[in-house]
Amino acid sequence: MPLSISLTINGNRHDTLLDDARATLLDVLRERIGLTGTKKGCDRGQCGACTVLVDGRRINACLTLAASVDGATITTIEGLARDGELHPVQAAFIENDGFQCGYCTPGQIMSAVGLIAEGDAGDDPERIREGMSGNICRCAAYPGITQAVLDAQRRLADDERVSA
Amino acid sequence: MKSFDYIRPATLEEAIAAGSQPGASYLAGGTNLLDLMKVDVARPDRIVDITRLPGLDRTEMHDDGTIRIGALVRNADLARDKAFAAACPAVAEALLSGASPQLRNAATVGGNLMQQTRCAYFYDPHSACNRRQQGTGCDALGGDTRNHAVLGWSDSCIATHPSDFCVPLTALDAVVEIEGPEGPRDAPLSRFYSLPDEAAPGGVDLAHGELITALRLPSDAASFAGHARYLKLRERTSYAFAIVSAAAMLRMEGGVIAEARIALGGVAARPWRSVIAEERLRDAAPSADLFVEAAEAVLQGAEPSGENAFKIELSKRLVIRALQRAAEGTPERMPALPASVFASDTGVSDHA
Repeated sequence: MPLSISLTINGNRHDTLLDDARATLLDVLRERIGLTGTKKGCDRGQCGACTVLVDGRRINACLTLAASVDGATITTIEGLARDGELHPVQAAFIENDGFQCGYCTPGQIMSAVGLIAEGDAGDDPERIREGMSGNICRCAAYPGITQAVLDAQRRLADDERVSA
Repeated sequence: MKSFDYIRPATLEEAIAAGSQPGASYLAGGTNLLDLMKVDVARPDRIVDITRLPGLDRTEMHDDGTIRIGALVRNADLARDKAFAAACPAVAEALLSGASPQLRNAATVGGNLMQQTRCAYFYDPHSACNRRQQGTGCDALGGDTRNHAVLGWSDSCIATHPSDFCVPLTALDAVVEIEGPEGPRDAPLSRFYSLPDEAAPGGVDLAHGELITALRLPSDAASFAGHARYLKLRERTSYAFAIVSAAAMLRMEGGVIAEARIALGGVAARPWRSVIAEERLRDAAPSADLFVEAAEAVLQGAEPSGENAFKIELSKRLVIRALQRAAEGTPERMPALPASVFASDTGVSDHA
């Protein structure tokens, strides 16, 4: 029996008819909505390439049934930039050389956005590395990734001070 | 993945009615079930999504000291709950040493209790596995046994329970609250997982259709808060299952151990609590010799199930280390690398 689900993805509402309950959030984002920024790496919850925010929390889209998140608000890598301007985490990844091949990068960036929102890591590189441990980088750009997260966190804190 | 019907019940009663049907399986965070379905080890006909059931996502700290954790509380939320982490720091540390931040954001308390062993032969439908299909044999015997049991195993199954969370919980006398077609009941976590015997591979004390609704900790759980640690040895410092882990909790009175709790993870088909070692520690002052004796007591009866004799000595050393760390006192802040022996809050490096 087809399932009708509604997702708010990057601010836009998508009503989707699932003809198969097996569809994961990852597959719906990529195959149905056409948002291919979210990557399929291992498809087993081990690599983090599929990381997206569901109601503000970072999760693995590959281990999430789309039907189960019916009604949720999803943010993917495509939803971060505003009016053509990169999100501070995106900008920090570029400036700090936080990637090489780029395949894991959307997941890394979404995970970093989630990590910064959680607010547990502070400016301790060890806590940043631990907090990013769910995202594997085959090119091993880890030093740049750690720097990018620290840098982005500072920028976001500065932005908050300015707007406060 | 085999196809299935998807049902999202609105009430507990509807969930249990749906979950009691043949071939039904409950879905919460899905971090283990979806994975098992993708490799065809789990093949449910119907998925009963319990994530919207009301009232199961709260942690209640009662005035009498008991703590009740709803089955749908997410692992990350429980670890980050300040009142809970202050009362049960070793449980919070165990939670934060497990999986990844993304998985902890999805995984639930009830799901953690229901997760399957990570034995590679269980995960491979082409391997013989009594736990997956009783009577087919055990390909782990004589295979790669680095992550397998050294306590409480039999030739029918040498798999280990993979949970970090359940290790300190078992030591704290946690009770599992269950609802089912026959009504509610409680099960002590220490007996929730049966060990394998010659005939059967062991499993979970949960009948088809029954559903975990909450986890309860007794009123004395917080009495160990000042001296509680969880340490975990793994192939890499983050995001890996335990080769062996240890929860050590002490209630200190005037420099003497008034009461101790010790349990190991990664060594048996259930978290391995040692009441004998706990008794050995009672009313004694912490010392290196005492901790060695306690470690020997925990590993009493341990035997390699393959090429994993090293885990016995490793477990003893980890028990000693965990007791030392517990005696030093719970760190004021969660260590940067939770449960890691490579993280030191005393400024002394543990790198050899």
